[in-house]
Amino acid sequence: MSIPKFETFTSGAVPVEVENIDTDQIIPARFLKATERKGFGENLFRDWRYDASGKPVAAFPLNDPRYGGQILVAGRNFGCGSSREHAAWALADYGFRVVVSSFFADIFRNNALNNGLLPVRVEEDLLQRIFAAIRRDPQAQFTVDLDHQRFTIEASGESSPFEIDAYKKRCLQNGYDDEDYLRSLAAEIEAFEKRAAE
Amino acid sequence: MGKTLLDKIWDAHTVRVEEGGRCVLYIDRQYIHEVTSPVAFAGLARRGIGVARPSQITATADHNIPTVNQHLPIEEPESRRQVAALAENCARYGIEHFGVGNPRQGIVHIIGPELGFTQPGMTIVCGDSHTSTHGALGAVAFGVGTSEVEMVFASQCILQTKPRTMRITVDGALRPGVEAKDVILYIISKISASGGTGHFIEFAGSTIRSLSMEGRMTVCNMSIECGARGGMIAPDEKTFEYLRGRERVPQGAAFDEAVARWRELYSDPDAVFDKEYHFDAADIAPMITYGTNPGMGMAIDASIPTDADPKALEYMGFRPGERLLGHPVDYVFVGSCTNGRIEDLRRFARLVEGRHKVDGVTAWIVPGSKGVEAAARAEGLDRILSAAGFELRQPGCSACLAMNADKIPAGKYSVSTSNRNFEGRQGPGARTMLAGVAVAAAAAVTGRIADPREVFGIKD
Repeated sequence: MSIPKFETFTSGAVPVEVENIDTDQIIPARFLKATERKGFGENLFRDWRYDASGKPVAAFPLNDPRYGGQILVAGRNFGCGSSREHAAWALADYGFRVVVSSFFADIFRNNALNNGLLPVRVEEDLLQRIFAAIRRDPQAQFTVDLDHQRFTIEASGESSPFEIDAYKKRCLQNGYDDEDYLRSLAAEIEAFEKRAAE
Repeated sequence: MGKTLLDKIWDAHTVRVEEGGRCVLYIDRQYIHEVTSPVAFAGLARRGIGVARPSQITATADHNIPTVNQHLPIEEPESRRQVAALAENCARYGIEHFGVGNPRQGIVHIIGPELGFTQPGMTIVCGDSHTSTHGALGAVAFGVGTSEVEMVFASQCILQTKPRTMRITVDGALRPGVEAKDVILYIISKISASGGTGHFIEFAGSTIRSLSMEGRMTVCNMSIECGARGGMIAPDEKTFEYLRGRERVPQGAAFDEAVARWRELYSDPDAVFDKEYHFDAADIAPMITYGTNPGMGMAIDASIPTDADPKALEYMGFRPGERLLGHPVDYVFVGSCTNGRIEDLRRFARLVEGRHKVDGVTAWIVPGSKGVEAAARAEGLDRILSAAGFELRQPGCSACLAMNADKIPAGKYSVSTSNRNFEGRQGPGARTMLAGVAVAAAAAVTGRIADPREVFGIKD
């Protein structure tokens, strides 16, 4: 079992300039009733993307044809609230490979990494310059280089490092998932249980 | 340097540490419910593997189920399917399951402590962010995603970086009419909806100690609402007395031995926390939220800050500087993993006894578990409620999250004892104001946002 391998790419970005975006907004609870993992992208940001009659809200960035690409850029404290991994599934299923923000909620960050979706945390002032770059040119390009852990605004050449722990980086680069690794530790886990029971 | 309570429990459960600091953390107990487990079970099937330690897993149906007529099939097909899938998966993998109608069924975070599954010193996870509730008994308990639910199925471990430590100390006597819910809403309003991110909170101080176990669970439950991984309280005599005799705790001499071990679970006096906050209980009044995250809260008689988030106020239909006292209320919800325990129902019943719900308000009073429901009926709370115009419903998550039939209609104002006031949380367009049980009771009998100290004559 594996997650998609993560390779360096350059793409446009979709800006959602809202802070504290909770996972109920990313995918409302009424869409969590599936018993299999598919089709969540359709309902990504459902209640911001569509009005009550199901008509697309033209002003919402996902409906704005000027924007596109595999990068979502969002305000600080992205992914707070419910632990629902459906939020990461919806973003990945929609086609995003990276979410850029100045701050991520903990559970969302883990869920994203477990699905090959890379959370890139940048300083708040850089985040604001990224939003500004997209305002200037909705098709502005950005490069995400996981090998060197750098995020680059192509138009200005401004580049910033981002953090990721060594283990998770290796997982993303190789498409490994945690479960295979944990299962490979079965003997060690059993030995731990025996020690703990003493 | 001494160890914090988190250090002690975390380190004792660390199987190994990976390069970069991720820990292979052993999980003593996993709780599962119908929403975040089916994709994990499907993952096991796809890999052709089983559940490693089924006896360390407990399942219950709570999110999707109706809170009336639970003897009938669930009307909505998707909800029915999800609840059925949980029962099938549990039967297939040998997991103990408390389905609808089972006398042990209830909201996962209510039944864990109630049945004694949750014990001090344990590591506990569930695919649900309010797993932090269990920390009230001195456990390291936190919410995880479905991939991690599957990891625990497959290996009884997850890979997590150890959170930083935070201690929030609240000292002094609570003022009359102030309850545990007000304490946690006050804390979140002070440190914001993201103030705890990256940290695991230990709640301490004389105010926290003075809370009942139910109150402590209310506080720990909402740790996630300030972004924290979890919240916990060192176990003490109250904890041990709460657990004594419960179904799934050791009994007799084995219980005394367990208590002796649990007494070691405290932060050493010289332990250093990464972050500390101190609050004074005298500063806390009955609270209410005015915005769209739990950090947007204020004293019931305060005015909405003039610099409040305009997007949030637009959604709520409020103006900066406005007071909420006297604002009409359409719905009142008492229940959820935050305030669905017997003590909450007792408080509500005591307050509304001899009064009557106003006609314009729809009130849902929902016990958190079959155990809570049975206790409420045994104590006659159902009769007090009924005389006051309220109906005691059947256990489930109910109006907390709009996954079952209990939804707040668009534009309607709800005073809710649950944990989240996000846009659409209680139904698309619903406007949620979070509060404690007393504020909910005051709203139910007046039809307005009202100060429970005035409505019920509670004097300082």
